[in-house]
Amino acid sequence: MSRSDAIALAYLATIIAFILALRFLSSPTTAPLGNRIGAIGMAIAIAATFAQPDLHNYWSILIVMAISAPVGAYAARAVKMTAMPQMVALFNGVGGGAAALVALADFYAVAPDPGRIKADVGISIVLSALIGGISFAGSLVAFAKLQELIRGRPIVYRGQKVVNAALLCGLVALALVILVGPQRESLLIVLVAGALVFGVLFVLPIGGADMPVVISLLNAFTGLAAAATGFVLHNNVLIVSGMLVGASGTLLTILMGRAMNRSLANVLFGAFGQVAAGPSGAAADMDGAGVRATTTDDVAVMLAYAKKVVVVPGYGLAVAQAQHDVRALADLLEQRGVEVSYAIHPVAGRMPGHMNVLLAEANVPYPQLKEMDDANPDFPRTDVALVIGANDVVNPDARSNSGSPIYGMPILNVDEAQQVVVLKRSMNPGFAGIENPLFVNPRTVMLFGDAKDSVEKLISSVKNL
Amino acid sequence: MQTAQVIIELTVLVLAIFIGFEVISKVPTMLHTPLMSGTNAIHGIVLVGAIVVAGLPDQTTWIRIVALAAVALGTINVVGGFVVTDRMLGMFKRRREPDEPE
Repeated sequence: MSRSDAIALAYLATIIAFILALRFLSSPTTAPLGNRIGAIGMAIAIAATFAQPDLHNYWSILIVMAISAPVGAYAARAVKMTAMPQMVALFNGVGGGAAALVALADFYAVAPDPGRIKADVGISIVLSALIGGISFAGSLVAFAKLQELIRGRPIVYRGQKVVNAALLCGLVALALVILVGPQRESLLIVLVAGALVFGVLFVLPIGGADMPVVISLLNAFTGLAAAATGFVLHNNVLIVSGMLVGASGTLLTILMGRAMNRSLANVLFGAFGQVAAGPSGAAADMDGAGVRATTTDDVAVMLAYAKKVVVVPGYGLAVAQAQHDVRALADLLEQRGVEVSYAIHPVAGRMPGHMNVLLAEANVPYPQLKEMDDANPDFPRTDVALVIGANDVVNPDARSNSGSPIYGMPILNVDEAQQVVVLKRSMNPGFAGIENPLFVNPRTVMLFGDAKDSVEKLISSVKNL
Repeated sequence: MQTAQVIIELTVLVLAIFIGFEVISKVPTMLHTPLMSGTNAIHGIVLVGAIVVAGLPDQTTWIRIVALAAVALGTINVVGGFVVTDRMLGMFKRRREPDEPE
């Protein structure tokens, strides 16, 4: 067996490892093992690549890897669980950037002198540069929005769609010029630069609440860019891994859209959430009359003498890092004989499943977590629904007000509970910027303040009863 | 010969798409965040491409810089992606030992 055969077999082992890694993600018990199998597969692929007979510059490559690996590891270890979505966006961005740079660097290498690049290789290089560039810049904007370095609200201006469409057409035209016209490196650099600009302009008008969908889509983009690189280098492991990610990112994007009852086009071009950013007349109405503020002592009594309490966690809980306190409160209530469960909306938090990760971090027992379809029939029999930092996922307008931007989105029907307690920092509208009539419902009382702070006070009040 | 290779590669590509859809559709919503992060780590495979390009002989200086920058970004993607996913999934594993201190 020649050395190149051995390398090809090693790459096959990597492909198998990646498929198993994804397969094992179907259950929380096997998933950690799956991730490690994936990491081993990656290590095999990297080792096999270093074994290539005609590889030069070993040392400079190894030194660069030795310097950048701790950077990635540190960032991954230091990040808080609540900041996970933007971290994923950032790692996705660097992957896209790497694909674009590989295309750029490879352009010289494959260009015969004199002569033309073969069509298939040329198309792949151009695609890798274009998609990788968009993914890099778009992910950085998504990161900045989630990290609140820039405003989460959609940034829109007149003629925006026209400008974006024109830019995209220009990029495609430039790509064609590179393929059939003068094959100059400078043109490819312009293409990458244009892709970066497009990536920024494309994500700016999308609201912060939709960033998870965007990250998932850009994740698919980076996968496609990696697969395109595979065509350039005639490397199966790149093609397969890239396409696995491309397919999974696409599917995940569709599933997320479905959970919010919105089409992908609506997410990408709808500038969702800008409506409420305008006149504040409606907000003024809601600030006044209907809202009833309450005290922790009242809520403590309500909870302690309830038979069944359902906790509805939202992003506010995550931001306040209140998951551990919520669990302590739930334990305390259970000691008093109260039945406690958690109702998790599919898009609670900022990514599907984000809330499950956070509650798992606080050791909330598995069977207490109810998904939306299981939780909703229970609300009429629930004495107190404790809404902690959730807003849009409990907004009854989604059911009844056809004028609302989230009309049709499946929600948790907390307004069917006997009593609703909403823990909220202020009357500010949620991340999507939409008013919520739940807050003026006669069954609802509001407990204003930081979620962690409020829950801690609730714990001491319940203890004193 | 050249055409045959492209067709084989396209076949591999299409099969990978189907496997991707098949495998991902079995992942529960609860694990979608780790899934996104896990696939994110997998597309770090572009690092292999970066190493190959950075290892080509007779480069001009600026091409070598670009290729090594790709190696750096790819490495961050791979290492960060797998570590972050491992941390997330560790949270799920821990729930079977309920009284472990934080």
